[in-house]
Amino acid sequence: MNVPTLFGLCAAALVGLGLYGVITNPQPLRKILAFNLIGNGVFLLFGAIARRGAGAGFGGDPVPQALLITGIVVAFSATALAVALLLRLFQATGSATLVGEQPAKPEVDDPKPYQVEKFGVLRRVQDKRSQQLKSNSNPPLSPFFKGGVSPWDSNPSLEKRGRGDF
Amino acid sequence: MTVASALALVLALLVLAVAAWTIVARRPFAAVVGFVAYGLLLSIAWVALSAIDVALTEAAIGSGLTGVLLIGAATRLRATEAAVSAERPGASLRWLAALTSATVAGAIAVAVLSLPDPAPTLAPAVAEHLAATGVGNAVTAVLLAYRALDTLLESIVVVFALIGVWSLAPDRVWGGHPGPLHHAAPSGILAYLARVLPPIGIIVGLYIFWVGADLPGGKFQGATILAAMWLLVMMAGLTDAPPISRTWLRILLVAGPLLFIAIGFAGVLTAGAVLAYPDGYAKLLIKVIEAALLPTLTLTLALLVAGAPERRLRR
Repeated sequence: MNVPTLFGLCAAALVGLGLYGVITNPQPLRKILAFNLIGNGVFLLFGAIARRGAGAGFGGDPVPQALLITGIVVAFSATALAVALLLRLFQATGSATLVGEQPAKPEVDDPKPYQVEKFGVLRRVQDKRSQQLKSNSNPPLSPFFKGGVSPWDSNPSLEKRGRGDF
Repeated sequence: MTVASALALVLALLVLAVAAWTIVARRPFAAVVGFVAYGLLLSIAWVALSAIDVALTEAAIGSGLTGVLLIGAATRLRATEAAVSAERPGASLRWLAALTSATVAGAIAVAVLSLPDPAPTLAPAVAEHLAATGVGNAVTAVLLAYRALDTLLESIVVVFALIGVWSLAPDRVWGGHPGPLHHAAPSGILAYLARVLPPIGIIVGLYIFWVGADLPGGKFQGATILAAMWLLVMMAGLTDAPPISRTWLRILLVAGPLLFIAIGFAGVLTAGAVLAYPDGYAKLLIKVIEAALLPTLTLTLALLVAGAPERRLRR
């Protein structure tokens, strides 16, 4: 087996792995990561095809290679936007779950003690929000910001976690 | 089997093993660290596929900047991990997902094994006209001459992505500083590196940008290194991200694409087509466009990692 075919098959496996991760992993961040694996698989397949097109003194067809650079940069932009959306969801609701339409979940109805302590302010807001969402109305402005409260304001430990932990 | 193909096989297996780890790892943080390692292995795979420019981009953006972004997010979302993990789907759904994924991967593998031989290629066409552009690196020639429209739209897409990220800011912090304020021990290793590395990194970044015309490199890779240096200084708490309402910032963010568009439309008058360059000026104009895009890309990439505004404007 030659090198382009080998990496072509590797690309196919990457797409499969990523797809599995996107479907089965409940954490949005892991879904974003798995989606990047799918993207990388597509890129690698394109790169293998570029390698097969080697000629005229080039190690690979430069046209797909240039488009790959464009693709990688755009994939990064999309990832950054997805992560920003996720962090905003966390800020607004205090949780990062994508199962938003089920307010009857046990954690919501019967919050564990540490959750009350941590997200006591948020819990009420979230209930109000979910009621609004349930009545199928689009809240013109989140009630959450009227008081100027955010998880970062109300909870110093959250703030600390967000700072400089790199 | 030759030594080269044996090495490639080992590399492909390593890439797959680390990729599988990022999917099955229990903690998101561990998965993200695995993703960074996977990105670096993937850049070696790009070298094995003779795509040095792509390898540089993958190492800098695909692994480096994406890694920083995801590590930051994983750290901030740590409190939610336990609750969300409980939503893991049942065994039957996971088996179904595995079956679907295996089918998709199998279909792609069949497509890979039945690719046409000899492969279609545009390499001779690129080589034929390379001299007319005056640029030695064929990938740069494709990016800024043959397929300049793609690069133009891409430079606009990254700015749009940044506008999208900024628009997630709550009203009360609109115009304020992006991301959380970082603190690091003033005499710690991070603060030390943030003082020692940037002078070297800036020179390396500018060098990679400059040699991009003739050797592997270019504005994307150079801008990423410059952005990484800026982020390092920000994360060490030595400087703060600028508030997004600054006029100079907004001008620099659109200056690169605007100049690119202006040069593109000037081509109608001087060379008879949009994004065409007049004879003899191709290399000069390509370098001017790259130089204009460099600050725009540096700021955009760094601010995409910094995230949406979270702190009020300090007066």
